[in-house]
Amino acid sequence: MELTQLTIDSARAAVQERKTTALALAEMHYSRILKEDGEIGAYLTLCKERALEQAGRIDRMAAEGKPLPPLGGVPVGIKDVMSTRGVRTTAGSKILSHYVPPYDSTAVARLEAAGAVVLGKTNCDEFAMGSSNENSAFHPVHNPRDLSRVPGGSSGGSAAAVAADMAVVALGSDTGGSIRQPASFCGVVGLMPTYGRVSRYGLIAFASSLDHIGPLAKTVKDSAIVLRTIAGRDPMDSTSADVPVPDYVGELEKPVRGLKVGVAKEYFGDGLDDEVRHAVESAIDKLKTLGCEVEPVSLPHTPYAIPAYYLIATAEASSNLARYDGVRYSYRAPGVTSLSEMYRRSREEGFGAEVKRRIMLGTYALSAGYYDAYYLKAQKVRTLLTRDFEGAFRKVDAIVTPTSPTAAFRLGEKSNDPLAMYLADIYTVTADLAGIPGISVPCGETREKLPIGLQILGKHFDEATILRVAHAYEQAA
Amino acid sequence: MKVTEKDVAYVADLANLELSREERAGMVRDLNSILDYIERLNELDTSHVEPMAQISDRYGVDESRQGSERFSYANRDDIPEGLRKSLPQEVALENAPDADGTFFRVPKVIER
Repeated sequence: MELTQLTIDSARAAVQERKTTALALAEMHYSRILKEDGEIGAYLTLCKERALEQAGRIDRMAAEGKPLPPLGGVPVGIKDVMSTRGVRTTAGSKILSHYVPPYDSTAVARLEAAGAVVLGKTNCDEFAMGSSNENSAFHPVHNPRDLSRVPGGSSGGSAAAVAADMAVVALGSDTGGSIRQPASFCGVVGLMPTYGRVSRYGLIAFASSLDHIGPLAKTVKDSAIVLRTIAGRDPMDSTSADVPVPDYVGELEKPVRGLKVGVAKEYFGDGLDDEVRHAVESAIDKLKTLGCEVEPVSLPHTPYAIPAYYLIATAEASSNLARYDGVRYSYRAPGVTSLSEMYRRSREEGFGAEVKRRIMLGTYALSAGYYDAYYLKAQKVRTLLTRDFEGAFRKVDAIVTPTSPTAAFRLGEKSNDPLAMYLADIYTVTADLAGIPGISVPCGETREKLPIGLQILGKHFDEATILRVAHAYEQAA
Repeated sequence: MKVTEKDVAYVADLANLELSREERAGMVRDLNSILDYIERLNELDTSHVEPMAQISDRYGVDESRQGSERFSYANRDDIPEGLRKSLPQEVALENAPDADGTFFRVPKVIER
């Protein structure tokens, strides 16, 4: 079995038809991890016992001729911000380096109920704060397509694992672009569903109104299969939407002829790399040949998305990260003699620089005298951004943009300039703020053979349309 | 410069972070640079715009009802049988840096 050719369906079929076993598939992936991951750094923790137990269960079903569930035997990676019972979960942080959750995230539980074999926890920027996976407290991730470059972030480990065939599919999380941007940097498919489409129960919270869980995969169809499996109302997450889950896979092959696709000039301005622009424009031409009607739309508040995002996300983060106090489950600094010293030193020693910076910014934005000027103002701008999309979606069914202004940059290139790093998210944060779904699909390479991503944005709960367009493009390209 | 070292010390206090002197100096720089960039939000007139705390305000909410009834989708019935089992005590204490089998143990709370 060629690992590079594996998709969910081909892996599952091979196990069902007894051409291979779930155990063999897991072992093949672990061998590959042993061989390649020293250089890449995609995984933080491997959970072989759990994986082999699940693989055994699936193999018994196959041996008895029982039909396997949709992800039966499929090896998957889980970003280390999602809790997995009995398996260390760190959120990429020293403050949780010994945390072993007593429960599973709903998304993980649903994947395993569908037969997936969880290989391990993938590396990420600390508390999902970053765009390059250089902020992991443990080690950075290297882009499998060029080891001197970043895989993107914060789901860099998940993207790299899929790109390097160290998992067939992986789960990531997206708050400002953290599924889509690493997908575009590593040349894989990354889907961020509508806010509330997938339960956040078990996701270690960064910004509660912006966090999303979604798949990274080799094909659009695989991301549709995963979405179908993990989506749906969960009573454990009151923000999870009570909206029926369509048959995303069944809808994929519907024709795209006649669909209206919008192109927003605000996403094609200064700062966009020429090679990326060229690749995305070619992709838009390809959509035209497939019968899509391309028309201009305007999203005038786009330039205000990054400042609004960095106020809202950091404010919410400062609140969510207050729980890491050294009392119940996180790192406690040794030798502390008072409660206050315990809080202050544990957090100082346990959190990395970027996390501290964002906690400080968020705390400042919420503090007395500044709340109105910063946090409240940002929330109002968020309304304006959402109205931009609602207006555009009255005219078009989907909007296409580049996923990122550049291809993967080099390790260390932006790590000294926080603001430069934040600006890498310029095309992705808008979808998080508005709660709409977005997918990144590979659409070419730079002269240096670095992947370029095409982003397709859709209406709330209309993942079916963006998947359809992405699938049609992928099949034609 | 908007943010001073005094501001940084105050905010670090609020956030329970024991920053070193170098970190404080770095924070003054970084916060000012970021807040400078954020200033551009003031180019927008938002005097008649409602703030948006979260997108899911818009779906699930039952607009035909009043007050907290609007959020009934997030509630369960008020019956003991509706309670989910909580974590057993030993499990809840497992990750504690210091516990005595019943409680989480921390340094003295009252300092005087």
